[in-house]
Amino acid sequence: MYLSRRAKLLLASLTFGTLGFIYVPLLVVALNSFNPSRTFSWPPQSLSTVWWGRLTESNGVLPAIATSIKVGLGATAIALVLGTCIAFAVSRYSFYGKNTLSLLVIFPIALPGIITGIALNTTFHTFLDPLNKELALWTVVVGHATFCIVVVYNNVLARLRRMGQSLEEASQDLGANIFQTFRFVTFPLVRSALVAGGLLAFALSFDEIVVTTFTAGPGTETLPQWIFNNLFRPNQAPIVNVVATLLIVLFIFPVWLSQRFSQDGSAGGRL
Amino acid sequence: MRNNRVNTWLYRHKGARAALLLALPVLWLAVAYLGSLAVMLISSFWSVDSFTGNIVHSFAFSNFHTLISQRVYSTIAIRSIGVAIAVTVIDGLLAIPIALFISKVLKPRFRSVVIALVLVPLWASYLVKTYAWRSMFADGGVISWILKPFGLHGPGFGLPATTITLAYLWLPYMILPIYAGMDRLPNTLLEASSDLGASARRTFTSIILPIIYPAIIAGSIFTFSLSLGDYIVVKIVGGTTQLVANVIADNVGTAGNLPFAAAMALLPIGTILGYLFIVRRSGALENF
Repeated sequence: MYLSRRAKLLLASLTFGTLGFIYVPLLVVALNSFNPSRTFSWPPQSLSTVWWGRLTESNGVLPAIATSIKVGLGATAIALVLGTCIAFAVSRYSFYGKNTLSLLVIFPIALPGIITGIALNTTFHTFLDPLNKELALWTVVVGHATFCIVVVYNNVLARLRRMGQSLEEASQDLGANIFQTFRFVTFPLVRSALVAGGLLAFALSFDEIVVTTFTAGPGTETLPQWIFNNLFRPNQAPIVNVVATLLIVLFIFPVWLSQRFSQDGSAGGRL
Repeated sequence: MRNNRVNTWLYRHKGARAALLLALPVLWLAVAYLGSLAVMLISSFWSVDSFTGNIVHSFAFSNFHTLISQRVYSTIAIRSIGVAIAVTVIDGLLAIPIALFISKVLKPRFRSVVIALVLVPLWASYLVKTYAWRSMFADGGVISWILKPFGLHGPGFGLPATTITLAYLWLPYMILPIYAGMDRLPNTLLEASSDLGASARRTFTSIILPIIYPAIIAGSIFTFSLSLGDYIVVKIVGGTTQLVANVIADNVGTAGNLPFAAAMALLPIGTILGYLFIVRRSGALENF
């Protein structure tokens, strides 16, 4: 298409304007974490790392991070098993309800978190109340695993479709049994897809707040919940800024890693 | 060897292998998760005893009666759908020029860099991004600081702040499908259009738009349904604004009226399914 110089300039400035729109708020948070003022004042009068030093002594951040890691690891482990099983079944076998199942996997992430949240909340209460048990950490893990399955599933399925079955057939022709074939041929081939899917699942779980809110027991507080609960407290604002900045940096790393592992391009599991 | 017997049996029975793979996931997704959704749908017909606070498991339309008869709920519903539409339109208007620029103007070696710049914040924490906009809209925050020299005030927390923040959060979900659609569109088509004398504007409206239309619809499914289901953003930057999702959340949390929340939840579910039904014919769903 022939575009005039002016049209190209216009498109370029719109693009960079939007990139500014994307990055400015994040930079403001990062800058604010170095703002020594206790009350939120913009622009910062000076810069200091005083709040970064107070990170560990602040109440509740470290336990919240520990909770989030526990939930993330649990949910990722379950999602890895279930997602891989579905991916193998869908790509290698034909069975009744295959299309329905591949749609059902997307459901927990396609429906708003609040729907999944209250649906699970209702069910947990229906089963736990008669036993006099409360929501706890494991209920959060169950909730998170449900919407993490799709991430692993997508990554493994893409890999299985790309690699075909000839190598596995060759392995079986050469006398390897099903377990040996899986261990020495299939697994090494899908391993990096598992790593990518697992990292994305963990990141998804680590960031989640809505399903968490409706499935967490009274004593359970994940990091997003800690941020949400401290957001509205003015004297906690500096620490929230530090945690937020830390999260921006920490989040980019696993995603970058998973992109390197998956090589399948795309946005990973979020799309 | 026992291991060998298992192996031979599995080798011969393809159906058994599939069943073994599927047992656990089907139990989890079809029985537990779909079951939960079904229980929630049924519970929308239940009610809460106003005296004891216990859930009454009897079939009644009282929740739906309240939803329809009280004006406040229809106002909230219309407002929420309005916000979802506004977010979708804003994102569409921002995403199309970006996608066009990256795929058709930018040199290939810069493409992946700019796409990465768009994608990376998609993975920054959702809560952190929302919080960032709280710093932007806060009284004495960045926006009012920028507007001050012009004698203007920032919009503060409220419906505009909610709309802008939601548009910010879901923008990458709109850019990616449109970019993918634009990338698949062969340059030769655009050159042919130019050769035949079409202006850039004419090429855009007659060639590009009709071809990327399914991609725009695909993106709009994300922006629309994500906006409709969100209650965190409106709590953080919405001031006292009420949207469907936070009415649901408040009824589960503070009010403890789970059946009413379930009834209210049918509105976003119904709207999203209705939207999917309308756009089904555009071919956007085949991209998933």
